[in-house]
Amino acid sequence: MPKDELKTSFKWIGTRPDRPDGLDKVTGRARYGADFSLPNMLHAAVVRSPHAHARIKKIDASKALALDGVKAVVTRADLPTGLSGEDLNLQDNTLAGDVALYDGHAVAAVAATSALLAKDAAKLIEVEYEVLPHVIDVDDAFRADAPVIRPGLADHSVPKGAPGNVTRYIEFGHGDVAAGFAEADLVREETYKTEATHQGYIEPHACVGQMGADGKGEMWVCTQGQWYVRRMCAAVLGTEASQLRVTPSEIGGGFGGKTTIFMEPLALALSRKAGGRPVKLVMSRSEVLRATGPTASASMDVKIGMKKDGRITAGTVSFRMQGGAFPGMSPIGEALPCAFACYDMPNVHHEAYEVLANRPKAAAYRAPGSPMAAFAVESLVDEMSRELGLDPIDVRLTNGAKEGTKSSYGPKFNQIGLVETLEAAKAHPNYAAPLGPNQGRGVASGFWFNHGGETSVSVAIGEDGTVQVSVGTPDIGGSRASIALMTAETFGIDYDDVRVNVVETGALGVNEPTHGSRATHSNGKAMYEAAGQAIRELCKRAAADWGIDAEAVEWADGAAQPAGPNAGKFPPMSLREIAGKMGSTGGPISGHHEITMGGVGASFGTHVVDVEVDPETGRTTILRYLVVQDAGRAIHPAYVEGQYQGGAAQGIGWALNESYIYGKDGRLQNTVFLDYRIPVASDLPMIDTVIVEVPNPGHPYGVRGVGETGITPPLPAIASAVAAATGVRLRELPMSPPKVLAAIKARG
Amino acid sequence: MRYHTPATFEAAAALAAEASGVTRFLAGGTDVLVQLRAGMVTPDDLIDLKKIDGVKTMARTKDGGWQIGVAVSGAELGANAALVADWPGVVEGMELVGSTQVQGRATLVGNLCNGSPAADSVPGLVAAGATVTVTGPSGSREVPVGEIPAGPGKTALKKGEVISGVTLPPRGKNGGDAYLRFIPRTEMDIAVVGCAVNLRLDGDKIAEARVVLGAVAPTVIVVPEAAKAIIGTTLDDAALEKLAQAASAACKPIDDKRGTVAFRTDVAGVLARRAAKIAYDRAKGAK
Amino acid sequence: MSKIHVTTKVNGDDVEFLADPRESLLDCLRDKLDLTGAKEGCGTGDCGACSVSLDGTLVCSCLVLGVEAQGKTIETVEGMAQDGDLHPLQRKFIEHAALQCGFCTPGILVAAKNLLERNPDPTETEIRYWLAGNLCRCTGYDKIVRAVQDAAAEMRGAA
Repeated sequence: MPKDELKTSFKWIGTRPDRPDGLDKVTGRARYGADFSLPNMLHAAVVRSPHAHARIKKIDASKALALDGVKAVVTRADLPTGLSGEDLNLQDNTLAGDVALYDGHAVAAVAATSALLAKDAAKLIEVEYEVLPHVIDVDDAFRADAPVIRPGLADHSVPKGAPGNVTRYIEFGHGDVAAGFAEADLVREETYKTEATHQGYIEPHACVGQMGADGKGEMWVCTQGQWYVRRMCAAVLGTEASQLRVTPSEIGGGFGGKTTIFMEPLALALSRKAGGRPVKLVMSRSEVLRATGPTASASMDVKIGMKKDGRITAGTVSFRMQGGAFPGMSPIGEALPCAFACYDMPNVHHEAYEVLANRPKAAAYRAPGSPMAAFAVESLVDEMSRELGLDPIDVRLTNGAKEGTKSSYGPKFNQIGLVETLEAAKAHPNYAAPLGPNQGRGVASGFWFNHGGETSVSVAIGEDGTVQVSVGTPDIGGSRASIALMTAETFGIDYDDVRVNVVETGALGVNEPTHGSRATHSNGKAMYEAAGQAIRELCKRAAADWGIDAEAVEWADGAAQPAGPNAGKFPPMSLREIAGKMGSTGGPISGHHEITMGGVGASFGTHVVDVEVDPETGRTTILRYLVVQDAGRAIHPAYVEGQYQGGAAQGIGWALNESYIYGKDGRLQNTVFLDYRIPVASDLPMIDTVIVEVPNPGHPYGVRGVGETGITPPLPAIASAVAAATGVRLRELPMSPPKVLAAIKARG
Repeated sequence: MRYHTPATFEAAAALAAEASGVTRFLAGGTDVLVQLRAGMVTPDDLIDLKKIDGVKTMARTKDGGWQIGVAVSGAELGANAALVADWPGVVEGMELVGSTQVQGRATLVGNLCNGSPAADSVPGLVAAGATVTVTGPSGSREVPVGEIPAGPGKTALKKGEVISGVTLPPRGKNGGDAYLRFIPRTEMDIAVVGCAVNLRLDGDKIAEARVVLGAVAPTVIVVPEAAKAIIGTTLDDAALEKLAQAASAACKPIDDKRGTVAFRTDVAGVLARRAAKIAYDRAKGAK
Repeated sequence: MSKIHVTTKVNGDDVEFLADPRESLLDCLRDKLDLTGAKEGCGTGDCGACSVSLDGTLVCSCLVLGVEAQGKTIETVEGMAQDGDLHPLQRKFIEHAALQCGFCTPGILVAAKNLLERNPDPTETEIRYWLAGNLCRCTGYDKIVRAVQDAAAEMRGAA
């Protein structure tokens, strides 16, 4: 709808009430994945490959099965054959087939009467391996002489003569890049590299699964998407989706990593084999790091042409990304369109190769692909701005995408807020704060598409006039609160009179997960339509009571109001009043809406960071951090700020210390939080936020979605700040102290 | 796994001597439980030392030193103002081990017996000239702390031997010590390099010094050349530079997930300089 | 393997359980006493989600054996609210949106309570270092630090 038709004053939207699930979550009452148990339950453990790449010659579980209390062992032989595409990928990742493809790849699973016994039994399962050559690094995997780890998986997009581990190729662009570069005053080309990082949610994957010989099953699981779990488990096990009921627990973080399955089918397969006894399977932290997540690693060439005034004349990127040993998992399809999305690019060309490596199957991680692409492009824009003596925000303002710009990936942008974020960043006191010796400031912008997707919502009016909303998206960061606020606003009732329930797969139509920054956006729209349906019925009941036409009744301030010629003839009839007698006036009142949500509003943000680098040790300290991002509309501003701050913190970790570290043997070396170094409280300053609101015209309340963009700018912003502080530009992440010190020493 | 709670160190030693499988002593438990959980080590016999009388005490010795029980936690060391005043470097080394939660449990002796070359409390103890009492089947003996580590994950303790106490020498006058480590984050990491300096002044000049490095060799190393570089000086820039060079020259580090050879070598010198300054200031009476 | 009988006091209640000596206190709280407020995020003492107070000392319950709890006094997040009234930290965490997924929250609340018992007026830096062993991946810690500061201020005012 046009901008001026969007409401701009609200009673509930934009306020900061207590979240509905707050009490449960501060008292220890909220039940997460591993907190659930059932009577007669078994516990499972998984046997994992200690090799990066190995043929499985033999699995002997006889010693394990001989233990008292061991009830079932499953291997790949227990799973159906004949799958293809992503279903086969999922099955291959659930349990290795003939070949273990990465360190930590599941090979067998066992269920026993206690968790300790299951672990003991797993140690007794003997697996005979023939070690095969492996490849880990994305550039190594791209070499023509690299061991080809899974021949024959390249799809039709791959150019002839591409290296043997390439499975996918994408290319697109517009304009004439050669002419654009010819027009430029400065052309620079650089290569950037990022290592894989893990989503790092603090809750390890956990589930309880139960399945009988009839293929009917139930699962309780920490997931971002219960319908995805249902569909994927059914595919891997060869059962019917609707026979499996999946209930999501509270979820201890996901960031994209819990939008897919890892070990969930094992719990069901073990249960089926153990006579239908429920099976609990909880990953250890090292299993999480070795065998779930992570994100892709990337090697990226960028070339940009710029006029002396900072105007960009052309840009090209050529990316190589690995997303593990499974085709289709690298985010090349997202990374490329994100690369130049912040800029009005007259001439642009993108290409990317997906490469397989002996690493875990990558999962989505907060704006998948965008942080890497931003690291490459935003770093080079900053390098060139400095070379030309230009303010980095001014250069972005000169080239910034705005309403009507043909985006770097094709479609025209509607109303977007990039320029507004740049202006707010420039005006913020942080951008003018004085800097001391060994300190530097960096700026970068970031982009994410945002996503709508399949959404199904029910709204039911209670007998007392309160409203219950059923949604299918697990609440990771306060979405119950934002949905309740929009519901209260729509009905004109109190926030406390709304209850939002996250429901199991039996209670609604299909829903996509809480992913793509969609939970508040898509549920808001679907709730709005479902509420509209209920409100129409409420008006009808009032009209019948008053003996007037339903069309002559309006809904306002939580009550049916006679309108038009009848205005003022009857006192308003409140929701509570209508609900109280709905049983005798036509029955229960509810509303439903099912939609594949479009109307997404692109998300942009700009970050400003100040760092200090110890010139003798190379250690970087974050002094000040500012996130400015367009929310469209901030429904619950405190949780919007929380998304900004959390995204920035993850980006800071990625920039400075987080990375997957492999030994020469191809085994992951940092499998605990001691060495997989996510930021701790003392590593960070307060993270300042500015919420920009350029309403999304595709949403009844202007919502864009705020979850993902925040992780994108920190990588290049910090690299630019380190460059400003030290005079050396790091083009490879993480910027760990040894790398920074080596660069400082090399500079002399 | 059998769990034992002996009442005396002699009984603990006897249990260990008689055990036929893998034996571990439990003081704070912060390493043993991690190894147990990870399936790295599942002891057949776990001997909890915390029920032995006196393991939680810190007492001044007759000569003005300190006797510290094996189950005294890092947090308890840090809360002992008199001990901190005497040996701030020893205490700050221990206090760097792990989080607040780990500080509530982790102990000097546990940190020492875990055998990590990167153990934060060990360089300070060695620089201080601390000793431990080793109790075994044939009685007890005093051993310098520096003689306990025998390589990554290894100690010089023999089967049936258990450390039953730590002794710090008297601080004496005009002394100061300090420990610094380098980690990539601000907390929660294992030292990439650690350095302890203990010195005594005669006027403004350094009369005695000991410089000890951690995480740059298979065991903690004492660097006499580094000490020599500052003895007889007022810790002027030239002395500091020589100290740094000597510290770096003594490093025999490895490349691993936590740091490179070049980085460890460089930073050892940097930390030696910085730690020496702190120790010097403390010897001069600074807090 | 034979189990050991343990009697201990949890949140003021006398309790007993049988523990395999390999089981951590966290395992025992969760699986034997059904106190699932303390979480396992790592099992190696690196994340603090399992923080409890053991005889007044803040510990990771994953680094304590269940059998070590014999005769001790344990406080968990389930014991923080008194007579139905939330502890000021609990209220301030909700009020400041200091939790997103909420998984680290029980451990952080227990750790922060332990801090405020020792230091009623901690600085931002003291809060950050005290909580350095409590990982949060959602919030970037900003709102957590503010909630602890605000709770401390309220508790000082109330005292």
